[in-house]
Amino acid sequence: MAAAEQASSQKSASTWHGIVLQTLKRNEIKLVPYVPDRVLTTLIKDLHADPYFTTFPTAREEEAVGIVSGAWMAGMRGAVLMQTSGFATLANVLASLAVPYQIPLIMFVSERGTLGEFNYGQALVCRTMRPVLDSLAMEHHTITRLDELEFIADRSIKQAVTTQAPVALILSPLLTGGKTFDK
Amino acid sequence: MTSTHARNTKVMNRFDLTRRLVAGLKDEAVIGGIGNTNFDLWAAGHRPENFYMLGSMGLAFPIALGVALAQPKRRVFALEGDGSLLMQLGCLSTIATLAPKNLTMVVMDNGIYQITGSQPTPAAGHTDIVQVAIASGLANSSWAADEDDFERLIEQSKQAAGPTLIGVRIDDKPGTGTTRRDPVQIRERFMNGMGVRQLL
Repeated sequence: MAAAEQASSQKSASTWHGIVLQTLKRNEIKLVPYVPDRVLTTLIKDLHADPYFTTFPTAREEEAVGIVSGAWMAGMRGAVLMQTSGFATLANVLASLAVPYQIPLIMFVSERGTLGEFNYGQALVCRTMRPVLDSLAMEHHTITRLDELEFIADRSIKQAVTTQAPVALILSPLLTGGKTFDK
Repeated sequence: MTSTHARNTKVMNRFDLTRRLVAGLKDEAVIGGIGNTNFDLWAAGHRPENFYMLGSMGLAFPIALGVALAQPKRRVFALEGDGSLLMQLGCLSTIATLAPKNLTMVVMDNGIYQITGSQPTPAAGHTDIVQVAIASGLANSSWAADEDDFERLIEQSKQAAGPTLIGVRIDDKPGTGTTRRDPVQIRERFMNGMGVRQLL
């Protein structure tokens, strides 16, 4: 391994966004539409910088879900990045597309609304997320620890693909640092 | 290409136009939006390259974009109602950004939510969907003046250097058939049609 590549690999192995990027790549997930979030900034920048990925913003989260659903049915794997309030717009598309058509929709949700939230609206909308996931019996994990991230993300992606079921991976402020008032 | 203003275009019929489109297809993908749009696609003759939506109003173009990105060598058609597209106008900007040349979008515009009781859409009578598409960055957007023009625009889209959007004014008739609402079977057959999977 070239020295530069090794250094880059070590850097990516030590950050949550580096691990997410490498886990996506290892699972051949090339298509990554997103609606941005401050917490996701570095991950989004690094995805754009890596020619392996086709990554772009969409106007709404459900649009991104439609895109990766179509791509998966045509043989290309994808994942959607969003924040908590974006997830709150998805109940209809989850219940009428991803779940009934058995599509392995992979979602990374950066969690706002808890552990130091400063916006009451975000705090309230966050509380709708897990009840929506549970009401559809959807697989979801809240990732809080760096040392558990790769295991949870890698295994969950593989499970989504093999069981043809959607999964939400919630990136806790405990993992990412979250967004605080002074940022 | 010149765009023809909606009010100078003939009022056509969704099923007739869908039949005309399907008659000329080989291995192209077709994504049918919810309700009448996919009912008429179903009635025009089922083929494994067709995908029928049973909900998620407004996502026919995004789903088609995903198919077009995954299989750049396959032509992808998307059929969507005007009311559905109004739910997801932002997707026109996304499609303009990615600009897949293998994507042809058809907007079936009757200005009403026919399936829920023919109530007018908020756009009826004053919002020009083709102009919205052009303003979103989809330069290759135009109204079909009549059936022959529709067929010409469909053919022309196959050689286009970017995505194509075709607006068609349609009457207030309901869909002709009813899609069999089995989402897993629809998806499995579509994946077979896309060459991704063999049917067991």
